[in-house]
Amino acid sequence: MSGALRVAVDREACCGSGNCVRTAPEVFDQDDADGLVLLRRSEPAPGDWDAVRQAAYNCPAGAIAVAGP
Amino acid sequence: MSDTLVTPIPAYPFGNDGPEPRLPDFGQEGVGRVRLPTGQEAWLFTRHEHLRELLRSPDFSSDFSRPGFPQIRPMPKEAPQRDGSFIRMDPPEHTRFRRMLTPEFMIKHIRTLEPLIRQTVLGALESLRAAGKPADLVEHFAMPVPSMVICHLLGVPYADHEFFQQRSRVLLAWASTPEQVQTVIEELREYLVRLIAEKRRNPGDDMISRLAAERVETGEMTERELVGLSVLLLVAGHETTANMIGLSTLVMLQHPAQLERLRQDPALIDDTVEELLRYLTIVRTGLTRVAVRDTTVGGHRVGAGEGVIGLLSAANRDEDVFTDAERFDLARGSHQHMAFGFGIHQCIGQPLARAELRIALQELFNGLPELALAVDPSTVEFRDAVVFGVRRLEVTW
Repeated sequence: MSGALRVAVDREACCGSGNCVRTAPEVFDQDDADGLVLLRRSEPAPGDWDAVRQAAYNCPAGAIAVAGP
Repeated sequence: MSDTLVTPIPAYPFGNDGPEPRLPDFGQEGVGRVRLPTGQEAWLFTRHEHLRELLRSPDFSSDFSRPGFPQIRPMPKEAPQRDGSFIRMDPPEHTRFRRMLTPEFMIKHIRTLEPLIRQTVLGALESLRAAGKPADLVEHFAMPVPSMVICHLLGVPYADHEFFQQRSRVLLAWASTPEQVQTVIEELREYLVRLIAEKRRNPGDDMISRLAAERVETGEMTERELVGLSVLLLVAGHETTANMIGLSTLVMLQHPAQLERLRQDPALIDDTVEELLRYLTIVRTGLTRVAVRDTTVGGHRVGAGEGVIGLLSAANRDEDVFTDAERFDLARGSHQHMAFGFGIHQCIGQPLARAELRIALQELFNGLPELALAVDPSTVEFRDAVVFGVRRLEVTW
């Protein structure tokens, strides 16, 4: 079974570059207070999967983990 | 055959004199030794995948006071204090500074600055027109826009721009002696010491006032650190984007079919900015690091204390990632480029740089539909400094 794509973020590792928010704004946000990553959806819609994978690849700090199909 | 010949170690940096970066040929392996002007040797990595690994690795330090750190320029005798210059720090010290600045540069904050950026761009365009054609785009447009914006953001009076632009230039020039570099750093620091004292008495709605009130008053940061941090942001905030605006204009004018395509389809502007960032990669000298323990990059051994350089301009022309990488193609969707670096030190100002580039190029090409080079492209002079750029760009319209 392929199942859903799951995303996890590591706020300790995050360096606040904002790449993920640019790439997949439906899934990632930056905290108003500290600018660090906030996950809007841990199981993004299939239409956002490519963007989420791209965001994980481009994250300079390696703070985004993606599991699933 | 010739496999017993000793290949001389190439001298680095290779020098730059045009939009095309000079790259080494290290074959498929993509790594080799180079000799720096200081006499040191370092490993030069050029492949995209290797730079990803290198720049994310905790086995490398950005701290130039560590033994073996590759110095491209000789250091002043009295090694400069890092203070708030957090690009030269490692975690957890780096994290402390980066976190204080992250909310200032995050996308949603920069978005609120876009009307101000547009107004600044339109004002500069007006002064370019007023200068009469032909005019130097660098002097009238490419330099003032980012300078005015960073001044506004930090709370530095733009009236002082000649003072800090001249000193930034000396700071970033390869030809500057260690003593000259030392002198301009001290002058910039003295300038900011006075400015910060003034901000602490009369705070404004700007970053230096906020950092002074929220971080210095609370003891989270010393005033010395705020001075160092402000010097870094002031220099980085205008030199980089100014050089990108000048070079981008040159590249677009030399690719008229693509400029026309952008004019027909303005939604291509974001992809255009990314492709210009990739294609030009103005931090041409790459990023320097030193290994803090024995480690590997792409399976290649690097010993503790050995210096390494990640050549961003080469990674941005890696054929494994970018097809026909030498071709400028504004629709390629170059989202994996490393023009802003990679790893925890990746440019904190990138949302600001992107917004400035997007708005500057939009308004320039819309406002001056007949924009053209006023000189033979082969006579354009480039500035080969820590940050690569054009010295002047005579344009007409």
